[in-house]
Amino acid sequence: MADADVKTPVAEGDEASGEATDEAPKKPVDPNFEPEIIVFACHYCAYAAADLAGSMRLQYPSNIRMIKLPCTGKLEVIHLLRAIEAGADGVYAAGCLEGECHYLKGNLWARKRVNHVKDLLTEVGIEPERVEMYNMSSAEGAKFAAAATEFTERIKALGPNPVKRPGVDAHVAARDALGDAAMPDDPASSAASEEGHAE
Amino acid sequence: MITAERKPLDEILELVGDKKKVLVAGCDTCVAICLTGGEKEAEILASELRIKAEQDGTGAEVEHTAAIRQCEWEYLDMIADKVGEADIVVSMACGIGIQSMAEKFSPQLVVPAVNTNMLGMPQEHALWLERCGACGECVIGETAGICPVVRCSKSLMNGPCGGSHDGLCEVTTPEKEDIDCAWHLIWERLKEQGREEMMYINRPPKNWSKSSSGGPRKMVREEAKPV
Repeated sequence: MADADVKTPVAEGDEASGEATDEAPKKPVDPNFEPEIIVFACHYCAYAAADLAGSMRLQYPSNIRMIKLPCTGKLEVIHLLRAIEAGADGVYAAGCLEGECHYLKGNLWARKRVNHVKDLLTEVGIEPERVEMYNMSSAEGAKFAAAATEFTERIKALGPNPVKRPGVDAHVAARDALGDAAMPDDPASSAASEEGHAE
Repeated sequence: MITAERKPLDEILELVGDKKKVLVAGCDTCVAICLTGGEKEAEILASELRIKAEQDGTGAEVEHTAAIRQCEWEYLDMIADKVGEADIVVSMACGIGIQSMAEKFSPQLVVPAVNTNMLGMPQEHALWLERCGACGECVIGETAGICPVVRCSKSLMNGPCGGSHDGLCEVTTPEKEDIDCAWHLIWERLKEQGREEMMYINRPPKNWSKSSSGGPRKMVREEAKPV
């Protein structure tokens, strides 16, 4: 790890070329497939990063649908499963950088739960790559856009969720599963009052 | 508390077979505390079964519920309606709860989704250690509050044996690494208590007929029986 931090132009060039790795043969990709992706974003980092990405006029796929949480630690196994069950093609949690969670360890819990859901999906025959955990700070608008792009491309390559049913809105189902734990989408409705409660 | 671990999904699917209306029944007492079979886990298993049914096109409908305790008749009354509507009940309770369900709702088909494994203590969050073998004749009054029946790999009554090294038991497998030698622990605590002489008690062979070796056990409290 320490060596990787010392970046030279040569090393970066190597890294870039190394990304194009050969993977196992995949199903034919439908060029018209537009995946439905649910993002569980933490209020303090990832949601703010999304806001920043917007302010920076960064482009990222419109496939992602956000659900704001006070912390990704609020995310439970069943919330991720419900989204997949309702037909979401991919689901990811986006929390603060590790070690910088507003609630100390919420994002670490979220990562464990995401990994557990990967195991459960494998058990039922769904690709575990359909769920993921990303970390970013509120200042990393570009990282938010990159995560959205990377994940969307990954799901496009995987193809549609095999249990997708017509007429079921995965975003609504995922939000319903969270109940009161999901925060309103409008940042203006909560940002002002948050300041007063900040410790 | 009683602890259990969920069975592999394939085994559960085999037990469920081609039944169309499936009820996953959690139990909100011991197996909920050990994060295996409470309402949350019942909901997760139901979700997995639905995803599987959708993929396989079986048309199975899967719901979940939970009883406060599946091992008591009164609490089973509270989920009777849901049980009645199902073709099969997949119980996530311990063996006691599963059998209570099967008896109460006979001839309803009730199958287990968990393996009941021990009477364990939550040593720390998400870690349970076996602490009692329900042997029917407790000896820990003489062994410094440490049970040689389940904490000694050989259930020795007069330990330690020659396999005790540096406080560890010779029985070590990848799953059971670093088992403490129970008799080493007993000796250390007896010293702390100033009761080293207890170590020299010569215990005769244990009467295992009071454990499960003696056949199904029964307990009656005459003074508490309804009049």
